[in-house]
Amino acid sequence: MRVAGKGLLNTGRSVPFTFDGVRYDGIEGDTLASALLANDVKLVGRSFKYHRPRGVLSAGSEEPNALVTIGSGAQKDPNVRATVQEIHAGLQAHSQNRWPSLAFDAMAINNLAAPFLGAGFYYKTFMWPKAFWEKLYEPVIRRAAGLGGLSGENCADEYERAFAFCDLLVIGAGPTGLMAALIAARAGADVILADEDFRMGGRLLAETYEIDGLQGHLWAEQALTELGAMDNVRLMTRTSVVGVYDQGTYAALERVGHHKPHKAGPLECFWRIVAKRCVLAAGAIERPVAFRNNDRPGIMTAGAVRAYLNRWGVSPGKAVTVFGNNDDAHRTARDLLDAGVHVAALIDSRHDAPNFDGAQLMRGGQVCNASGARGIDAITVRTASGEERIRTDCLAMSGGWNPTVHLTCHMNGRPEWNREIAAFVPKPGAVPGMVTAGACNGAFSTADCLQQGIDAAKIALAELGLTAPDTALPDADDAPYRIAPLWAVAGKGRAWLDFQNDVTVKDVKQAATENFRSVEHMKRYTTQGMATDQGKSSNVGALAVLADATGRGIPETGTTTFRPPYSPVAIAALGAGGQGDGFAPQRYTTSHKASVERGAPMVEVGLWYRPSFFPKPGEKTWRQSCDREVGLVREHVGVCDVSTLGKIDIQGPDAAAFLDFVYTNMFSTLKVGRVRYGLMLREDGYVMDDGTTARLGETHFVMTTTTAAAGEVMRHLDFVHQTLCPELDVSFISVTEQWAQFAIAGPKSRDLLNGLLEAPLGEDWPFMACGSVDLMGVQGRLFRISFSGEHAYELAVPARYGAALFRELVARAEALGGGPYGMEALNVLRIEKGLLTHAELHGRITAFDLGLGRMVSAKKDCIGQTLSNRPGLKDPERERLVGLKPVGAIKQLMPGAFLFDKDAEPVRVNGQGYLTSACYSPTVGSTLALAFLKNGPERHGEVIKVVDHLRGLETLCEVVDPVFFDPAGGRARG
Amino acid sequence: MRLPCPICGERDRREFYYKGAALERPAPDAGEAAWDDYVYLRENPAGDTRELWYHDGGCGAWLVVTRNTLTHAVIGAELASEAKA
Repeated sequence: MRVAGKGLLNTGRSVPFTFDGVRYDGIEGDTLASALLANDVKLVGRSFKYHRPRGVLSAGSEEPNALVTIGSGAQKDPNVRATVQEIHAGLQAHSQNRWPSLAFDAMAINNLAAPFLGAGFYYKTFMWPKAFWEKLYEPVIRRAAGLGGLSGENCADEYERAFAFCDLLVIGAGPTGLMAALIAARAGADVILADEDFRMGGRLLAETYEIDGLQGHLWAEQALTELGAMDNVRLMTRTSVVGVYDQGTYAALERVGHHKPHKAGPLECFWRIVAKRCVLAAGAIERPVAFRNNDRPGIMTAGAVRAYLNRWGVSPGKAVTVFGNNDDAHRTARDLLDAGVHVAALIDSRHDAPNFDGAQLMRGGQVCNASGARGIDAITVRTASGEERIRTDCLAMSGGWNPTVHLTCHMNGRPEWNREIAAFVPKPGAVPGMVTAGACNGAFSTADCLQQGIDAAKIALAELGLTAPDTALPDADDAPYRIAPLWAVAGKGRAWLDFQNDVTVKDVKQAATENFRSVEHMKRYTTQGMATDQGKSSNVGALAVLADATGRGIPETGTTTFRPPYSPVAIAALGAGGQGDGFAPQRYTTSHKASVERGAPMVEVGLWYRPSFFPKPGEKTWRQSCDREVGLVREHVGVCDVSTLGKIDIQGPDAAAFLDFVYTNMFSTLKVGRVRYGLMLREDGYVMDDGTTARLGETHFVMTTTTAAAGEVMRHLDFVHQTLCPELDVSFISVTEQWAQFAIAGPKSRDLLNGLLEAPLGEDWPFMACGSVDLMGVQGRLFRISFSGEHAYELAVPARYGAALFRELVARAEALGGGPYGMEALNVLRIEKGLLTHAELHGRITAFDLGLGRMVSAKKDCIGQTLSNRPGLKDPERERLVGLKPVGAIKQLMPGAFLFDKDAEPVRVNGQGYLTSACYSPTVGSTLALAFLKNGPERHGEVIKVVDHLRGLETLCEVVDPVFFDPAGGRARG
Repeated sequence: MRLPCPICGERDRREFYYKGAALERPAPDAGEAAWDDYVYLRENPAGDTRELWYHDGGCGAWLVVTRNTLTHAVIGAELASEAKA
């Protein structure tokens, strides 16, 4: 219920929303949790394992119970913490893990089966029969235990990634963080202040303290106004810092769109913040006390009750009881009374608890049970004089506060036990460049927090070389925090430690009994701390119970490891921009549009898109188009965009010497105006890439690489030059995208070019010639090279003329009976000629395997030369390149098939090699294949067996020379 | 992780390609053991290590980066073309 005169919801504007289809009204500034509590909705979910009714426990991101699903359809967002979700007009929230309804949940039967579902039940039950596990137990348990479900549809929301840099990152905008940010900002540092809440101020919004005579929230507002006006400050609300990494790198998740009714723009943004220094002012999280039925809706942490009252003007109950072991719990009772809410009792487990006026104080009392199925109606309090039942609809409990040390542990730091506050505090220096301050550092009074904020900023500023301005410590509350540890109230029944994963005191004791004494073992055996809240409200309590059960102290028992992320991060945020087209860049050639217009299906080659074939009317299969295109190259002239091949422009007095070093064969002997085929090895002696290099001038070469290896070759050349021979005077740059290059292949290719070039090609243009040409007012480069075995050229022009030239070439080819050809035809043409691609150059192939052993010059050193001479790399027994031609009936030959002796059983040990490329050749009128076969070149004429185990195909093939067509090469030279 | 490229300044490691230990290439006739060392065998140092990184998302420089494998501290970087002993 709302409490008149309380809360900071200034506008008072009413906001309608629905929960499980029922309409409610909240007020602008409400979270879903505060709005539901204001409407007296206490039951908001069912627990993970036992389907116990659950309500709101906390008022922050640590919430283990109040998880809901927001929205529907593709935008459905499960497991949203109601304590974090802001309400907005039209917000639709649904409870989770219940069927058919929240109030009546059939699966609550699990609660009765609890004796069988305790710690380790997974490991002990359902062990056999084995088949039952996958088919029965797993699916049933999966359905019964769970959280919200995904929509199963494609993620329709936008996510973003961003980077930020600063001098000082302040994490947390409570009194400590605000103070540190103020000091640093006034000193001129570049400051980012990040807070997970949508309103900055931290506990100042939830408490009634005064600072310098101002109400805490007003002091915060004043600080924020000052910070907001400074250019060197960036305030990031709704931003949770979730991870800490090397070199002052912080991961943060900003919730950009969850609070908006209309989803325009990104939903979340994943930040990488690089900060020279960091002040961690993350605050503290209150811990519950374990007692029987302490998970009933209406039982909350005392600090949360205070937050709902002071910030949101909501009392979660009409007759509230408060149960604590520390002075801080008294504040809750005091604030409730001051607001006019009835406090039925204040139960303090300490016998020396301070006095309290206005409500019954039960010193040395412990709450040992709670009743009320869907919300508590009474508690049982045990004191020296016996047990007493007290009617109440809300219990505010406090087992003390745990400093939020999580981020200090992300780089392997281990927190240290502080006996005085009965909690873990960060180890100083756990994260290089980070100073911890305030409540997360164990300072629990406002005055201490402000002082530590000042001190932390001063340390950071000194390290940044900046001078801190003189700042007086504001006047603030400095009441001591006194606590007497109380972890679990003794007694029968189930007392909850981990609410989200349904882990009880009994489970932890069971783990200890079964000798899972290490805290890491206990965690995994009971699943304590393994839910999405990562045990923020249960870790310390659970290990205290474990310590007690194993007769050790808490420091000896130790903590489990806190790992990123601090709070859940959607994969969609981490991978923002990587969906759909964002997955990989798409590279288009200048002929792309023309190819698409001709109906060519595009195929990915590396990042490039290239046409597979150019269908003509009446062609029903790709093979028909491909066969036709092969024919037009062999008989007339074909045009193909080959711009995707890597092109590297190499210049300098030592360019030739450099090429001699990276290629196995000699390039210094290449004449100007000529092209040579080159083979490149890796240093281990295996083939890396092949291609042609043209000598355009005495000191000017243009290298081509395969499409797939263009980047790798460029990197390799840079490596060789910069690290191995920096003394060579040579420079090179990739010009792949600067030149559009087209193959013009076929008997009529010269005719086509002579109609286009300003000077016709004469006798000085033999095979492997190159040079500059003029066409239509543009200077291009012409290379007489062939990847088809035909008389062919490649014509290159600056890329801006590519689109026009392609259309021109295609039109002229068609006039000569030819036309464009795509990747399928290109592949057939090269297989017919036994030419290589990366299907053959797959990384385990030597020059010797390809029959190119003689290309590795012995007259000079080159990359890979030494190791290519290892005996094992020249063994005739190696699998070496051959051609295969089927004999007799054939269904299909596919790459990946294995080769066997004709009569051998097709099993691994009998393997003789494998097939790398295959096609139907319309030129030869047969299926052809390239393969690597043991002793291959010595076995020409032998019939072997090709087995495709995956497709169940078996074909007999004759081993032949890999050049199937025009072995003498007369067509290319003619 | 960020590496201090001597040409471009401190840059995110996503701009770099990692190769491995910075080693001296042996002479062609240095013998099998030297080549085995160079191509295949690697130390796994706990402490400072010198590695080759390529700034392919930036200036195209190969760098020799000194880094500590225990603390993850990046100690420095120099151009490989100048780092040659």
